[in-house]
Amino acid sequence: MQKIGVFVCHCGTNIAATVDVKAVAEALSHESGVVISQDYQYMCSEAGQNLIKDAIRENGLTGVVVCSCSPRMHENTFRKAAAAAGLNPYLVEIANIREQCSWIHKDIATATEKAIILGRAAIAKVQLNTPLTAGESPVAKRALVIGGGIAGIQTALDIAEAGFEVDIVEKEATIGGKMAQIDKTFPTLDCAACILTPKMVEASQNEKITIHSYSEVSAVKGFIGNFTATIKKKRRFVDETKCTGCGACTEVCPMQKVPNAFNLGLNNRGAVYIPFAQAVPKVATIDPNYCLKLRKGDVNEKVCGKCAEACTAGAINYHQQDEYIEQKYGAIVVATGYNPIKLDKFDEFAYNQCADVVTSLELERLMNAAGPNGGTLLRPSDKTHPHKIVFVQCVGSRCDDSKGKPYCSKICCMYTAKHAMLIREKYPDTEVYVFYIDVRTPGKNFDEFYRRAVEQYNVHYIKGMVGKVTPKSDGKIDVQASDLLSNEQLHIDADMVVLATAIEPDKTARPLATMLTTQMDTNDFFTEAHAKLRPVESATAGIFLSGACQGPKDIPETVAQASAAASKAIGLLVKDSITCNPCVAHSNELMCNGCSACEKVCPYGAITYQDKEFRTPYRTTVMRRVASVNPAVCQGCGACTVACPSGAMDLNGFSNSQIMAEVDAICK
Amino acid sequence: MQEAIISRAKQLLADGTVNRVIGWKRGEFAYDITPAIFESPEEIDADFVYDDFTSANVSKYLVKESRKEGKILAFLKTCDTYSLNQLTKEHRVDRDNIYVVGIPSDGKLDVEKIKAKGITGITGVERNGDILTVKTIYGDETMSVADAMSNKCLSCKSKKHVTYDELIGEDGEVTDTNRFDMVEKLENMTSQERYDFWRNELSKCIRCNACRNVCPACTCENCVFNNPDSGVENKAAADSFEENMFHIIRAFHVAGRCTDCGECSRVCPQNIPLHLLNRKFIKDINSLYGEYQAGADTTSKAPLNNYTFDDCEASIVHERGVE
Repeated sequence: MQKIGVFVCHCGTNIAATVDVKAVAEALSHESGVVISQDYQYMCSEAGQNLIKDAIRENGLTGVVVCSCSPRMHENTFRKAAAAAGLNPYLVEIANIREQCSWIHKDIATATEKAIILGRAAIAKVQLNTPLTAGESPVAKRALVIGGGIAGIQTALDIAEAGFEVDIVEKEATIGGKMAQIDKTFPTLDCAACILTPKMVEASQNEKITIHSYSEVSAVKGFIGNFTATIKKKRRFVDETKCTGCGACTEVCPMQKVPNAFNLGLNNRGAVYIPFAQAVPKVATIDPNYCLKLRKGDVNEKVCGKCAEACTAGAINYHQQDEYIEQKYGAIVVATGYNPIKLDKFDEFAYNQCADVVTSLELERLMNAAGPNGGTLLRPSDKTHPHKIVFVQCVGSRCDDSKGKPYCSKICCMYTAKHAMLIREKYPDTEVYVFYIDVRTPGKNFDEFYRRAVEQYNVHYIKGMVGKVTPKSDGKIDVQASDLLSNEQLHIDADMVVLATAIEPDKTARPLATMLTTQMDTNDFFTEAHAKLRPVESATAGIFLSGACQGPKDIPETVAQASAAASKAIGLLVKDSITCNPCVAHSNELMCNGCSACEKVCPYGAITYQDKEFRTPYRTTVMRRVASVNPAVCQGCGACTVACPSGAMDLNGFSNSQIMAEVDAICK
Repeated sequence: MQEAIISRAKQLLADGTVNRVIGWKRGEFAYDITPAIFESPEEIDADFVYDDFTSANVSKYLVKESRKEGKILAFLKTCDTYSLNQLTKEHRVDRDNIYVVGIPSDGKLDVEKIKAKGITGITGVERNGDILTVKTIYGDETMSVADAMSNKCLSCKSKKHVTYDELIGEDGEVTDTNRFDMVEKLENMTSQERYDFWRNELSKCIRCNACRNVCPACTCENCVFNNPDSGVENKAAADSFEENMFHIIRAFHVAGRCTDCGECSRVCPQNIPLHLLNRKFIKDINSLYGEYQAGADTTSKAPLNNYTFDDCEASIVHERGVE
């Protein structure tokens, strides 16, 4: 006979304000098998836990149901309490009457009724719980960092510092990411390259760090402590081990009309290129879409080949193939970063029609000493000095329609103030206008920085949005806008317009999230395990988040989060083994058809098949193909149990019969 | 055709390629044809039948037969080859133990449709183009072949054998069928009309399990409807809705695996159009995940067991159900 204890938590007023907790405890006390049903203000507190422990000891409970917050929050707390009182921790069930009940209902009667039903379902489930014992699995002492921007670099450096091997996988030809493209950084106006490139060099020189540039993660299997990733090193047609980065090939390449991606297409480069002078690794890469030889299709044909002739190191290899590396990792850090959005849907700003309407990132390149104009700010169209520049804030950010993004991109207010200030400093004869909805400057020394732009540098900040940007025949750009404070319609004859373009997660993030089985929000930012308390961990164990892949961030924040992610990863890597989840799947061989449905849906590769002999009537036997689950690899996701047509697959702790019992209890 | 099949069966038995043959034999009536195993030329000469009433899909029998000693010869119509392929894909049959001879079929007849014309005492039929001569103990009757054609053949999806070791006759092509017409009609009903349609049809069910027993996708070692632990095992219906659930659960179990062979509806003694449930799934899978024909091959990944980056989001599937 089951002896079940029910414990209903008030959670202060979080639950008690909308759920009549006493009524819930009372109602549940009449359920079959329930011997004690109590309510308490904070079940998770020391006193609350003691209540549960005492009840287990005094009443010899065989099962515990805690009606409280989400199991994500305190399931572990209550399992530990049960274990301390001598009850198998997996005989504890949580009925979530907070997130899934009190927080979403206003009416007390409705919420109370629902809380009772949820409690009943948990009681029905706990009747069928079986004691489970957790095993252990080893931790591979190596971390994978996906993305080699400032976030990835910082994370890798910190993990390496702690003594663990780290691999950085970067899809571009060099690490450095967006920060390498930026000119100056707010709020101190130091040069981005001056503070970033030493870190890039440090990463490349660190013995513990391996940089896979021009590479992608093509597959990830496994689970916390035991991931196996396949890294695709894309063919760059240059032997990395031989190339010295001298640049001789880039000079002789006759195909010099390739849009320079590093300068955002503002100038051209060769088909063989080194992205920028301080690139790490400093290795050339051939773009096969432009290279005269590779474009031919047959590399044996006698076409061009000038780079190979110029290369004294013999590093050019037109026959190079993609290379795949498989490596085991204990932890994975995602640092895939961001990109400015495409402005195709914002015709009102004439971005696609007028070369002098640029994005802020393009302006960074235009002002950068290593940029297309050697650091002199010139209009892209006619290479003249602009004398009137209009900045438009929130282009695609805080958009309530489908054109843009609903969120604030966070960094634009500050970098626009920076741009305005730098331009006014360098070219005092230039008038600068900034159109804004709000100026958002929370951050250390941020508001002071913005005020300096307004007060010291006389940047014209105008509250209002730009309605239309029209290129005129005389080369000027008509900017039509409204000044909301003086309630005036304005026309400004500008020479340049700079759009503070919204940022969005890199396009590679979503397929990566699928590969890693991590969650994303509707904007494709990775979701942290807890918005406040676990901001650098994903909900998938062993996957950590670093930088703008988790949400818009400036450099100081990115670096802080990168180090935080590193410390979380280190915390995992120092362990020799981790406790496994005993809630894993198993196959009932007597029912298994061997159809392979479960194997096909298993994201962890935990299922294999074997031919086994089974006894059949009249002393005969039959060979049958049956599934077996490797419990060390299974993560208990349950995909197999629903794919199995015969019901042979079942999941410990969430068995088919337990789920049916819950459904029955709810529908009763 | 029957002669050609019989002679080939005897040859293959004689040269030791196979030691058994699965085919069909006549029951009490001329139109009463059931699958049968033959182990000698004498048995074949005595009973083997392949005629206009030979509808039964024998591929499911191969689940057990292919595990026995020696190779078995199976004569498969086009639709049956899809079933065998699906069973091969699910490792339910040992394809190496089966010698498949693909045989043509220009549509099978449904005796119930003939009987519905008031024709009784049927002793045989003769097809002559579009004209069907029904021989009865009371004399000959004629009707059009189309009127007597079984439903599953009226919407034949393919005249192409997707697996065989040899063919008798010419192979055809995958045909463009109207098989989703009725599904579309049901989709266009209001939910109440649809509910009434299915309540009316499914309430005829007598739970004889013929649909399950004949279905080549229903080959579980231990069917959930026989398993007391499953919570849905066979028992007296507790209320009038339960038989509906039986068919819906079964349709879900074969979703993405049903080859649309039409056997479920053919064998239903209550004439419930069960194949429509499966066709709805097939149509949905086609539109949500791209064209997919279960059993067309043995290697492709079934959409419901395969997660890809461009799978539609669950919300899209959900929205479709909202009126």
